[in-house]
Amino acid sequence: MHRRTLGSSVLFVLYVLWSGATFAAANTSGTMPSAMDERVRACTSCHGVQGQGLNNDYFPRIAGKPADYLFNQLAAFRDGGRTYPPMGYLLAFLPDDYLRKISQYFADLQPPYPNADQGEVAPAVLAAGERLVTQGDPARKIPACVACHGARMTGKQPGIPGLLGLHASYIAGQMGTWRSGTRHALAPDCMHAIAVKLTDKDITAVSSWLARQPRPADPRPAPASAERLPLACGSQPQ
Amino acid sequence: MKSTSRLSRALRALRSLSDVANKRRHAVASLACGALVAGLAMSVVLPRAPHVLLIEEARAAEATPAATPATTPGANADTRPDIVKRGEYLARAGDCVACHTAPRGKLFAGGLAMETPFGTLYSPNITPDAQYGIGTWSEEAFFKMMRTGLAQDGRLLYPAMPIAQYTKVTREDSNAIFAYLKSVQPVREPNHKHTLRFPFNQRKLLYGWRTLYFREGEFQPDPTRSVEWNRGAYLVEGLGHCTMCHTKINMLGGSSQSEQFAGGLIPVQNWYAPSLTSDKDGGLGDWSIKDIVDLLQAGISDRGAVYGPMAEVTYHSLQYMTGEDVKAMAVYLKTLPDNRGRKSGPSAPTNTNVFALGEKIYADKCAICHGAKGEGKLQHYPPLAGNQSIEMDSAVNPIRIVLNGGFPPGTMRNPEPYGMPPFAQELNDTDAAAVVTYIRTAWGNHGQPVTARDVNELRNAPLH
Repeated sequence: MHRRTLGSSVLFVLYVLWSGATFAAANTSGTMPSAMDERVRACTSCHGVQGQGLNNDYFPRIAGKPADYLFNQLAAFRDGGRTYPPMGYLLAFLPDDYLRKISQYFADLQPPYPNADQGEVAPAVLAAGERLVTQGDPARKIPACVACHGARMTGKQPGIPGLLGLHASYIAGQMGTWRSGTRHALAPDCMHAIAVKLTDKDITAVSSWLARQPRPADPRPAPASAERLPLACGSQPQ
Repeated sequence: MKSTSRLSRALRALRSLSDVANKRRHAVASLACGALVAGLAMSVVLPRAPHVLLIEEARAAEATPAATPATTPGANADTRPDIVKRGEYLARAGDCVACHTAPRGKLFAGGLAMETPFGTLYSPNITPDAQYGIGTWSEEAFFKMMRTGLAQDGRLLYPAMPIAQYTKVTREDSNAIFAYLKSVQPVREPNHKHTLRFPFNQRKLLYGWRTLYFREGEFQPDPTRSVEWNRGAYLVEGLGHCTMCHTKINMLGGSSQSEQFAGGLIPVQNWYAPSLTSDKDGGLGDWSIKDIVDLLQAGISDRGAVYGPMAEVTYHSLQYMTGEDVKAMAVYLKTLPDNRGRKSGPSAPTNTNVFALGEKIYADKCAICHGAKGEGKLQHYPPLAGNQSIEMDSAVNPIRIVLNGGFPPGTMRNPEPYGMPPFAQELNDTDAAAVVTYIRTAWGNHGQPVTARDVNELRNAPLH
């Protein structure tokens, strides 16, 4: 009897420790109880152990982005929709099922966000950026970023990525490749349609403002909704 | 004249059609079925016929009469499902898809740019499209191409097509592959023009190449060997066209018989295809049949994993082959004679400072997976101690793997491979050279040290 109680309390303590650990994992940077962390070392050596990204412009945060978005990017690197040879090379001979699993693995991680960019930017530039992100420019038929990427800018399930936790130069670089047509999304490629309307000034303003936003209180992407997007996107079928 | 030739072609078309029907009748039990099949064949052939004739004429105008094969327009390909299925299997064994499908392109629509030291070649469309593909080809013309390296219009094929190997393919297998290719979705996509530099753009030069390196003829089984060995030899030397990479390519784009399977650097791609002979240094002398089968089919083994161009071969081709066929290939490979012998004796002397730096980097970044003594963790983390891929004379592969990392291919036997991280972004030339030197000379390994310059030269190697 006594023994059983002792056993139960040991179990209980272990349970509390375990749930505490999972809670910690979900909120901060614990380790995932999965061999996936071993399998994806080729990813995490550049994108960070938790997919949080590195402090440079080449290896962005991938953690916590919607799984479909991540899958679309992996498939695009593999099949040529996005061109970055080191990524294309790594993914060349991986089947869809595995790419989906890798995507889900990183989608489920939520490591802490990095500190926001601090460098000096003219207030007028930031104001222009904030306007485009939150209101768009109806005169030029440019929708607000938040119309698709969510009011909290943490993305939307299942295919729209968050915009926070990225470096200004990374965001600007991606807008540039969308505009020039070297980065493709599933047709219809809504980001290409938007990017071709943006000037260099717009891109600087938007990327500078986004990179200076504080960490989101709730980093999770918004759930999928039936609300219509301002334009058709192949990555987020409706 | 024109109408006569058109008429004679039409007559030949009809004759071949009746041949098709006759063949079918052998295969199916009742006359009714035969008529049905013939009817189906008619419905496939007839609507295309006028179009086909025009193309035939256009092509015949370019070709010399002697070289024009006596082909008949029309799809006289076998349509029996078991033959088509066999053809699909054999097309996998020949890895047709690797070259005849471009990235993001449609299956077998060609257009893949193949960089060669002589310029860029583009693989042709081999879907059954009548205008751009092989829609007008006959079974006979397809076989003639496989056996002789002559296209339907009499032009010589560039040896980027493994004609010196495909010539060994039997008529039956060629027909099955043709039957399969005729069954895929036709794609209306024109072929790209090759951009070869002078003088390599002169197709007549190919006569010279063929005199030196092309021996026409079907695989001849060796009666003193087992059925299994002969099957393996047929696959390795024929459809598998392993020698295209695993034999050194010379200045003329050919490979010498004496160096057969002894390994060589793959031009442009800059990966080293190791020896497949019993050479115990880089070759398969120490390998068990199981290790070879695992490596080829699963992409991983107790001895190492496939990467670079070989990952592509396993991914597109070898993973789909039966256990028996892959084993037969291994059995044949194990009998390739050794002509070099294994290196022995102590490890190469290395600069103590370089070795110490390499050891430190290894402990820091590599040991977590490959083990403190290079023992690895089977089968996902290959051992580095005694690993020929690390030790062999050419340091190209170990340097590239450290710089570029890589996933083994995701295969049916290993669908979720473990990836080796790239280190190009975190190790400078000196550090990368030190760690490669360390793994090539530690634990009794017999490799030679590498220099920062060796590393630097491979930083710009193409990543496909």
